[in-house]
Amino acid sequence: MLRWASHSLLILLTVPILLGTLIAILPAFGYFPTLGGTEFSLNAWRELIQIPGITRSIQISLLSGVLTPLIALALVFLYLASASGSKLDNWIRRLVSPLLSFPHAAAAFGLAFLIAPSGLLSRLISPELSGWERPPDLLIVNDTWGLTLLFGLIVKEVPFLLLMSLAALPQLQPSKHVELARSLGYRPTIAWLKVIAPSLYPLIRLPVIAVIVFASATVDVALILGPTLPPTLSVRVLAWFNDADLNFRFLAAAGAILQLGTSLLAITIWLCLEKLCAVLWRFWVATGDRGTGERLVFSLGRGAMPIVLLVITGSLAALLVNALAGPWRYPSALPASWTLLHWTNNFQNLLTPLLNTLLISVGSTFLALVLVIVTLESERQSGKLRSTATWLLYLPLLVPQIVFLFGLIVLTESMQWQGTMSLVIFGHFLFVLPYVFLSLSEAYRQLDPRWSQVASTLGASPLKSFWRIRIPLLLAPCLTAIAIGMAISIGLFLPTQLLGAGRITTITSEAVALSSGASRNLIAVWAVVQLSLPMLGFLAALTVPRLTWRNRTGMREIR
Amino acid sequence: MSKSKLELDKVSIALSGKQLLTVDSSVGPGEVLTIMGPSGSGKSSLLAYIAGFLAPVFAASGGVFVNGDDITTLPAERRRVGLLFQDPLLFPHLSIAGNLRFAIDDRSADKAKLIRQGLDEVGLGGFEERDPGTLSGGQESRIALLRLLLSSPNAVLLDEPFSKLDSQLRAEMRTLVFTKLRASGLPSILVTHDQADADTAGGEVITLEH
Repeated sequence: MLRWASHSLLILLTVPILLGTLIAILPAFGYFPTLGGTEFSLNAWRELIQIPGITRSIQISLLSGVLTPLIALALVFLYLASASGSKLDNWIRRLVSPLLSFPHAAAAFGLAFLIAPSGLLSRLISPELSGWERPPDLLIVNDTWGLTLLFGLIVKEVPFLLLMSLAALPQLQPSKHVELARSLGYRPTIAWLKVIAPSLYPLIRLPVIAVIVFASATVDVALILGPTLPPTLSVRVLAWFNDADLNFRFLAAAGAILQLGTSLLAITIWLCLEKLCAVLWRFWVATGDRGTGERLVFSLGRGAMPIVLLVITGSLAALLVNALAGPWRYPSALPASWTLLHWTNNFQNLLTPLLNTLLISVGSTFLALVLVIVTLESERQSGKLRSTATWLLYLPLLVPQIVFLFGLIVLTESMQWQGTMSLVIFGHFLFVLPYVFLSLSEAYRQLDPRWSQVASTLGASPLKSFWRIRIPLLLAPCLTAIAIGMAISIGLFLPTQLLGAGRITTITSEAVALSSGASRNLIAVWAVVQLSLPMLGFLAALTVPRLTWRNRTGMREIR
Repeated sequence: MSKSKLELDKVSIALSGKQLLTVDSSVGPGEVLTIMGPSGSGKSSLLAYIAGFLAPVFAASGGVFVNGDDITTLPAERRRVGLLFQDPLLFPHLSIAGNLRFAIDDRSADKAKLIRQGLDEVGLGGFEERDPGTLSGGQESRIALLRLLLSSPNAVLLDEPFSKLDSQLRAEMRTLVFTKLRASGLPSILVTHDQADADTAGGEVITLEH
């Protein structure tokens, strides 16, 4: 029973994604029976290559797909090389999880409100420093080459890659190796880069590739920060998909396949960069150089991470100020007065999306949690650590969302399933599952097996020892996994948008929809709601175990 | 008072093709069989095999009988074989009473009374609502022993249960454990490094080679 259920984890994860991707190919080549396409043709592709600015769209997607992981990874490595074990490091380690829960759309809005010509930053330096009495005429947000998009993605992916690295590092015993290298005369930062970096990279390669796919195919962040004339490829595909003229669906399908190709190309370029870096690194190691560049690495590593943190904090501040701002003339740094009007006026509109968001995130996370626990239980009871092909867990992050969701829509439309709550919950579940598994498996596998052994020698059935011993002992990691799962679901845009057929709205889908044209105050209200939900979840995950076990000193060590 | 007997019928354990040990022995009611040997000799694996949770990397054969009943293939929770580990392993999320109640079979009558009597017997009367994390090492060991006895086992396994106690406490616990086991008429197997353990146990001693 348990074993059967644990196989279903892999099936539920892989089948929809592979099937969706395969099915998306059919309409791209003209086959779409519900729309009268019963013969294969290349019409959609002919149309696609004639779309004005399509090359530029692909270029921008490629650019952010390759540069985002490159710069984010460089920052993370330089940081780890220079700050491991320092006070700064302790601080940042604690901040990294809550930072990760900052939803993409809210982060993008915050960044836009921070760095736009009339944004918080420009107001802070005006008119004293800049001399601007009016917002400068600069295209900062939505710039033609997607540099702001790139910046936003980097700021968002640095915490992700940092968390993945921190999770993988202990098994490499970095301090031992760095000490050894230091005894050979290497400066600590150089030692880290020469000794630890090459063994750390393979361990976080999958997350890095997930970053490539996300950065090259993101829709919500690109809608908010990305260029508009022309937009990124993924944004155009969504626009074609949503076009009232259903014949655009063929074009959208071809575009989705082109997106898949673009993401694959970005990965290929990355793999070439990997080879190049390996060669350069080998040369560098062979020089035996022990200290050159140490100061540069040190200041870059220690400097960049606080800047990333400052940008995120600044974005948060920009959102809060905008959500509460009364009249606010440029270049005043702060509004003339504060008001709750944006909130009270919107309360009615927020209600349904808020309930939907909660229902979807609770539903998808609950499903994922049950499946993950069943898998880990079956692994524990069989006594064998099944090397559940970890890369399969990453599958939903390795295929561009728009591609397999497109296929799933074609499939579910023919089953009349589209636009229902259950389908949206299932769609979210696919994205929530990997995170719940990755966050819970470590704690579950590390739980001292003797607790369960004691329980069974005392005559407790497997079920009793599960509910009365293992679940309470693992309460804190379970709640953290729930908080992470819900945070992921709350931040999702495309699955809600596509599988809900626009009929099911969440805080995120509504917030992103506002990006074209709504007032900053209104957007800020939605973004603040969007980011407070995951924050509340993490807060609960932190406080509930402390309150529950306040009279149980032993539980502090278990955590 | 149960009068039970624990028999090991040519129990042998191997790890990746290498034979670790073979034991063929019978332990009567209130008797203690002591097994001594260096680490890696398979002592703890023998106890895991008898208790029913030997890791699948080991290959084991032979029969385990309690009162003539073959328990070799029963799941651990139905073997009624109690086990004392090196650490007391009191469940940290339950109170003392919660730990003890966990061990008492559901059908038995007055749990509160059993717990009160038990705590009095080990000199910890009134400890019901205490947090296990606030107990001293000796107190924890006594609760662990009481918890084991309250689960009414038919046989008991001791996996170096005194090795982490300081020397005075160790002597005290030894006396307490063996007195209780003898009084309950339970057959026990003790695994240890410490000759003094074997001397106090006073039963047959098997010394394993590496």
